[in-house]
Amino acid sequence: MTILVNKDTRVLIQGITGGAGAFHTKQMLDAGTTVVAGVTPGKGGQLFEDKVPVFDTVAEAVAKTGANASVVFVPAAFAADSVMEAAAAGVPLVVCITEGIPTLDMIKVRAVIDPLGVKLVGPNCPGIIAPPVAQKLGITPHRVTRPGRIGVISRSGTLTYEAIGQLTALGLGQSTCVGIGGDPVGGLDFKDLLAMFEADPDTDGVIMIGEIGGGAEERAADFIKANMKKPVAAFVAGATAPPGKRMGHAGAIIAGGKGTAAEKIAALKAAGASVSPTPADIGRTLAKLL
Amino acid sequence: MKIHEYQAKQLFARYGIPVPKGEPAFDVERAVEIGRKLIDDTKSQTVVVKAQIHAGGRGKGGGVKVVQGEKGVREAASAVLGMNLVTHQTGPAGKKVGRLLVEQGMQIARELYVGFVVDRDRRSVCVMASTEGGMEIEVVAAKTPEKILKAWFEPYAGMQGFQARGLAYGLGLEGKTATAAAGVMQKLAAMFLKEDASLVEVNPLVVTTAGEVIALDGKVNFDDNASFRQKAHEELRDATEENPVEAEAAALGFSYVGMDGDIGCCVNGAGLAMATMDIIKHEGGEPANFLDVGGGADAETVKKAFKIILSDGRVKAIFVNIFGGILRCDVLAEGVVGAATEMGVKVPLVVRLEGTNVEIGRDILAKSGLQIHTAKDMGEGAKLAVSLSLGQGGGR
Repeated sequence: MTILVNKDTRVLIQGITGGAGAFHTKQMLDAGTTVVAGVTPGKGGQLFEDKVPVFDTVAEAVAKTGANASVVFVPAAFAADSVMEAAAAGVPLVVCITEGIPTLDMIKVRAVIDPLGVKLVGPNCPGIIAPPVAQKLGITPHRVTRPGRIGVISRSGTLTYEAIGQLTALGLGQSTCVGIGGDPVGGLDFKDLLAMFEADPDTDGVIMIGEIGGGAEERAADFIKANMKKPVAAFVAGATAPPGKRMGHAGAIIAGGKGTAAEKIAALKAAGASVSPTPADIGRTLAKLL
Repeated sequence: MKIHEYQAKQLFARYGIPVPKGEPAFDVERAVEIGRKLIDDTKSQTVVVKAQIHAGGRGKGGGVKVVQGEKGVREAASAVLGMNLVTHQTGPAGKKVGRLLVEQGMQIARELYVGFVVDRDRRSVCVMASTEGGMEIEVVAAKTPEKILKAWFEPYAGMQGFQARGLAYGLGLEGKTATAAAGVMQKLAAMFLKEDASLVEVNPLVVTTAGEVIALDGKVNFDDNASFRQKAHEELRDATEENPVEAEAAALGFSYVGMDGDIGCCVNGAGLAMATMDIIKHEGGEPANFLDVGGGADAETVKKAFKIILSDGRVKAIFVNIFGGILRCDVLAEGVVGAATEMGVKVPLVVRLEGTNVEIGRDILAKSGLQIHTAKDMGEGAKLAVSLSLGQGGGR
């Protein structure tokens, strides 16, 4: 089993005809993903790659194809609207890849979609990949993954690939890998996903990759302490980052002395997680726990 | 994006928030002219001359002068304009003062604090109010957290009247003064939302001896992600306040932050870029920079990145750490060789590439005849970069 997605997941792509959307939809198809529809307003009626029907609205796409998950590649100015459109059309899982969405927009998005029970992954994230069911909802390079029993949760993109690559090199496959994104306000959090992995009988251990800024790692530590029986290996990026500077991600900023790597590492260690000393040892740190 | 105090106050005024009378000046004569006008208008000889830099602690650093008369304004403006102002926020190097704010003096009865910030964990905007105005709020929060009152509001609902009144009464204000303070807070809240701010701070918000509530200082940061719909903010940008290398990198779509070390980093992705700095430090080296060239990376990207990295003359070695996944390493390797040749890179180059055609890529790098070292993973790459930088006389 996997989390969030399974073999019955039917994926629709919002922004399928755009540059990033088209490129990554081809990659998703190549990975074996069940892509059933695309949405680009004004491009309804087209056929993407001779097989994926394109619709003007998410509601129509859902009605005609039974799509039950959406991946958003729409530019930042329109991405909040797209996420809300998917939620309003009854799509229960929305993965938002788009980077650069205004923070106040994301607060509004959460206020609109939370009462609908919609699960959001992202924004500004690589999305979800579940190798055992060959479903990729995002941009993670599937070449570095392999099916297995380790869960991965990360706030970063390429650092997630790094961790997956390390696991694969050690012969440890992955059940599901989820990038939750580097923005201050996003959807599912570490603790939400830790709970899902804890409940998944086909996941044996979890890697979580945090970074400076915010309090998500501390909340994860609280959850681990109280609820996790499965081993957790963690890494927190940004130990060398200076305070007050945005380190690429909008969310990665140490403000008012809070959100430092040292605080997060201490919280995770106190909760019983095993913290990797360097980003090159994430896979080995997890392997030792199994 | 940060703006100056005088720009923040102009914005406040547009939202109906009372601010002292005053204007910005870029030279001494203009400052004196504004001072003379203020003395005429207010019938008071007291004028305040304030250095305008993007950093707090200006008063303590000697960048704020309360003076008497035109002569006082001239002396203060001459002293402050062009001075190198060092505060706890500028770092030891300080910042050169190129702009002044000349404004009327105030008869202050009480100094309060009001601040607005996005609370990411509660997914709302948090308003903080405190009786300890004029102090650093971080210090108040650490020492006397009970003196900070808080309220939260949702962006679609805005700050409600009861919340603003609750804070005003909580600060011990009464009658018309409380009503005025509540009004100021609601206007600041509206401004925060309308302008896509990430921080709005008034420290101090003063109550005058006449019972008026006035924003005596103002700090506003904008959410960079919202710049596409806040075009007017671009005019508020002060290029002299920005690190030129960081600005150049931003124009190329990169994210760059200068550090104090000597190992230049070229990495794709923010998390991996931070982790690369961390591992360099772990191996005993010092990173020269944080550089995220974006999720995808190609030959042209590498060339531009080298230019940015090498603009820091202290760089003794470069570590290229690219995890491409779907990237073709052979193509990127050719790009690295081409860029290194074209740019005349003299320092050792350590390259770690991950993607397709890794072997061909490594072969291209090995046969380039350049001082390029390939690493099979980021641990090896970091070790190599550190030892090579030390060999070049780097490190500490």
